[in-house]
Amino acid sequence: MIKNFTLGQYFNTASVIHKMDPRFKIIQIITLIVFLFLAPNFIGIGILAIAIIFILLISKVPLKMYLRNLKPIIAIIILTALLNIFYVTGGTVLVSWWIFTITTEGLLKAAFMATRIILMILISSVLTYTTTPTELTDAIESLLSPLKFIGLGEAVHTLAMMMTIALRFIPTLTDETDKIMSAQKARGADMESGGIFKRLRALMPILIPLLFSSVRRAYELAEAMDCRCYTGGKGRTRMKKLSPSLKDFVALFITIVICTSIILLRIF
Amino acid sequence: MQNKFIEVLNVTYKYDEDVINEVAVNNINLSIEKGSFTVILGHNGSGKSTLAKLLNGMLKPNEGKIIVDGLDTAEGKNEYEIRRRLGLVFQNPDNQIICTIVEEDVAFGPENLGIKPDEIRNRVDSALETVGMSEFAKSAPHQLSGGQKQRVALAGILAMKPECIVLDEPTAMLDPIGRKEVINAITKLNKEKGITIILITHFMEEAENADRVIIMNKGKIVADSKPAEVFAMSDVIKASGLALPQTTELLTILKNNGIDINCGIISPQNTADEIFSVISRR
Repeated sequence: MIKNFTLGQYFNTASVIHKMDPRFKIIQIITLIVFLFLAPNFIGIGILAIAIIFILLISKVPLKMYLRNLKPIIAIIILTALLNIFYVTGGTVLVSWWIFTITTEGLLKAAFMATRIILMILISSVLTYTTTPTELTDAIESLLSPLKFIGLGEAVHTLAMMMTIALRFIPTLTDETDKIMSAQKARGADMESGGIFKRLRALMPILIPLLFSSVRRAYELAEAMDCRCYTGGKGRTRMKKLSPSLKDFVALFITIVICTSIILLRIF
Repeated sequence: MQNKFIEVLNVTYKYDEDVINEVAVNNINLSIEKGSFTVILGHNGSGKSTLAKLLNGMLKPNEGKIIVDGLDTAEGKNEYEIRRRLGLVFQNPDNQIICTIVEEDVAFGPENLGIKPDEIRNRVDSALETVGMSEFAKSAPHQLSGGQKQRVALAGILAMKPECIVLDEPTAMLDPIGRKEVINAITKLNKEKGITIILITHFMEEAENADRVIIMNKGKIVADSKPAEVFAMSDVIKASGLALPQTTELLTILKNNGIDINCGIISPQNTADEIFSVISRR
């Protein structure tokens, strides 16, 4: 079961979004999220919604997959909407009962907030569905690389290396956890019954061996890295260079157009 | 004895200097020729893994000296150059693969050496090709079998273009198929690429294709000769805590019973041929 599990939520459909330079993707998605919160009215949100739905469609990832990501935050969306319905006053009063008053303004505001959150989740899912963890790591390293001018170059490299190693060892350690659990169950460990504290205590015989073996692995990995002449980020080259292509600049242009229109909407 | 790639001169190493009796490597002298295929056999605790780490300078000898390609391993400034020329492959393939994609892991070594991207690409492709792992270039390491992972680790060292590769029990954690894949890849590197190989193992069967077999016991070298001659020393092998392959065992018993037979043979086929030829001589 664990053998087949893939890292993150990457869903490969080899679409144009998948092939984009991950740095451009990250920047544009962050920009769109920021502008979702800058959009002053329904026209602004509408423009962004059209753009985001367009992106979802060309990513070729089934819409069902995107909707699945909305499930865990339905409660938050409903709560936000309710708060807005009851707290925002203004416009025509529709219903008034005890301390609750529902106004047209409140309803509009609630819809506005809900759309904003939904769009934000959808667009961030695009990043996780279309970018491999490795690409993300490389992109983060590259985006943070200007920090070397303030003497943080080695720190950025170390961060990226830590992310790479963490990603590399997640499946290995999951496998190992599985093995330790089976071994402890075979010795009569009971992990499925009892209250929360009993269950937490039952985790100790799993966590301790796992910690021990992780430390041993870390030590061996460090030796192996040493043997392969690893001396940190200095003087190191990369086989793969991230290089933006035409589609990245086209996408960037579209994003700039969208953002400009939102700014204009705010001004006028 | 020209072309010496490694020279080990009177080397002694102790993990804990205060304990007098626990000497991991005890006054060893050894020289390895360029392009040779040496197998070092030994039981657990014989000092063979310590020797591997001494060779690439990860451990420094307490006494004596190790010279690799003219460089003294005890000098800190030689560390990098020695590791570039002498690659080390470890026992557990999981703990020596660093990146999340096979080809990126193979590129890790050359990237550390600061080689240009195009050249790294070539090296990675040819290293994966040599170990027969080209089709898995884009795979994630955790999806591979043990033997495949170990071949990726080997490719990772190979891409650094070392002159010598030391393998510290590379097959100990593998199944028989994986072991065969790895041994075949190693043999190929030695025969086709002329890379000096030092294979450390406790499986005698893996010593068959070697030019030279060394047996270590309690930190000392107890046998050092051609495979056929070493395999015939059944007393030394047993005293070193190694298991004699069944075939060699059979031949030794026959010889002890007064039959004139060569017992320095390991593979079942050659054993059968030898027995057949003895029978036909009668």
